[in-house]
Amino acid sequence: MATIGWTHQRLEQLRQTRAWRSIFRRGPARTNRTRSLAVFGNLGLHVLPVKVREKSLSVRATYYLGSISFFLFVVLTVTGILLMFYYHPAVPDAYRDMKDLIYVVSNGVFLRNLHRLAAQAMVVAVFWHMFHVFYRSGYKPPHEFNWVIGIGLLMVTLFLSYTGYLLPWDQLAFWAITVGTNIISYVPVLGRPIRFLLLGGHIIGQNALLRFYVLHCVILPLAAVVLIAVHFWRIQKDGGLTVRDDHD
Amino acid sequence: MPGEPNPPGKPEAKNAVSRRDFLNEIAGGALAIAGIGAVVVTVKYASPNVLFEPPTTFRAGSPDDYPVNSVTYLQDQQVYIVRTDKGMWALSAVCTHLGCITQWKPESSQIACPCHGSKFARSGIVEAGPAPRPLRHFAVTLGEDGALVVDKLEVVKETEILKV
Repeated sequence: MATIGWTHQRLEQLRQTRAWRSIFRRGPARTNRTRSLAVFGNLGLHVLPVKVREKSLSVRATYYLGSISFFLFVVLTVTGILLMFYYHPAVPDAYRDMKDLIYVVSNGVFLRNLHRLAAQAMVVAVFWHMFHVFYRSGYKPPHEFNWVIGIGLLMVTLFLSYTGYLLPWDQLAFWAITVGTNIISYVPVLGRPIRFLLLGGHIIGQNALLRFYVLHCVILPLAAVVLIAVHFWRIQKDGGLTVRDDHD
Repeated sequence: MPGEPNPPGKPEAKNAVSRRDFLNEIAGGALAIAGIGAVVVTVKYASPNVLFEPPTTFRAGSPDDYPVNSVTYLQDQQVYIVRTDKGMWALSAVCTHLGCITQWKPESSQIACPCHGSKFARSGIVEAGPAPRPLRHFAVTLGEDGALVVDKLEVVKETEILKV
């Protein structure tokens, strides 16, 4: 008990220092007011609602599908960045790097499989989230704009999944991208130019691999982060999650 | 106030554009033009001018290498050289559905796609499956030395057959 008291005392002293007070302007979050101020004054937390209804925290309200999707996005970001240390988006290095990750690099196969499985799980989670919101009428006013943001996030998730598919540079990747980019070329008038821009040429080669890599690692994740931020912030601005009254 | 005379030295108030509106419109217009220009320049930048892709014209040997009533697959070029008693033509092996590489099946005299089950006659015509168009015919000519030259950029009609 004495140790706890001592630690507590030191912590209190730390809280009084100028350095601490310059970082955390508010005092300890012990009252409703200071708790609210702590959320308002934090860059990461201020997109979240300060108060939520208890019902909207129940498992049945959301099955936590949005949170699961976001958690998987974080897992994918971390594992993806780690995979980038060993991966060259070049022909034929890409395929060899993938084999290296599986057979040579310590824990490489774990990270690679985690990235792949989390990606597949994220597609499932995002779709399930969408269906759940749809069947609970979560797209109705005042949430209709957030529904549109959600459709954008679904698209970004699918594009991330698709661009990541080419990166192992194996037969599966090559033919999936062949089929996919030929589907794009069926778009009237703009189809062929879009395919040319996406592949950086007429064939799936070095240019296409590099473009898909940049889309997968920079452009699409940035788009996802912006859309996720707006999505979370709008939940708060639209008055919280949709909760059915019969969930007691 | 309507009907009130303008103060001396001031322009007609009704149609006048305030300095603030004028400058805002000029600035907005300039930004819009610069924005459109940035998009155009970026799209241009993203379209490569020089491509390091394999050449599209290739030599396919002498016509005598191909017996009458045969379909020969040239794997490096993904092209079939077909020869019948009517003449010769070159068929793209790329399926017109979604771009998979087809295979010649001698037992059924058909060209079949493994991806979605499209089947083509050796004339390129679709016989089954989801393919929307016949296989493409490439221009075949005889070079000065009598060898076949196939141009994969030049798609020709099915009726253009090289008489040999």
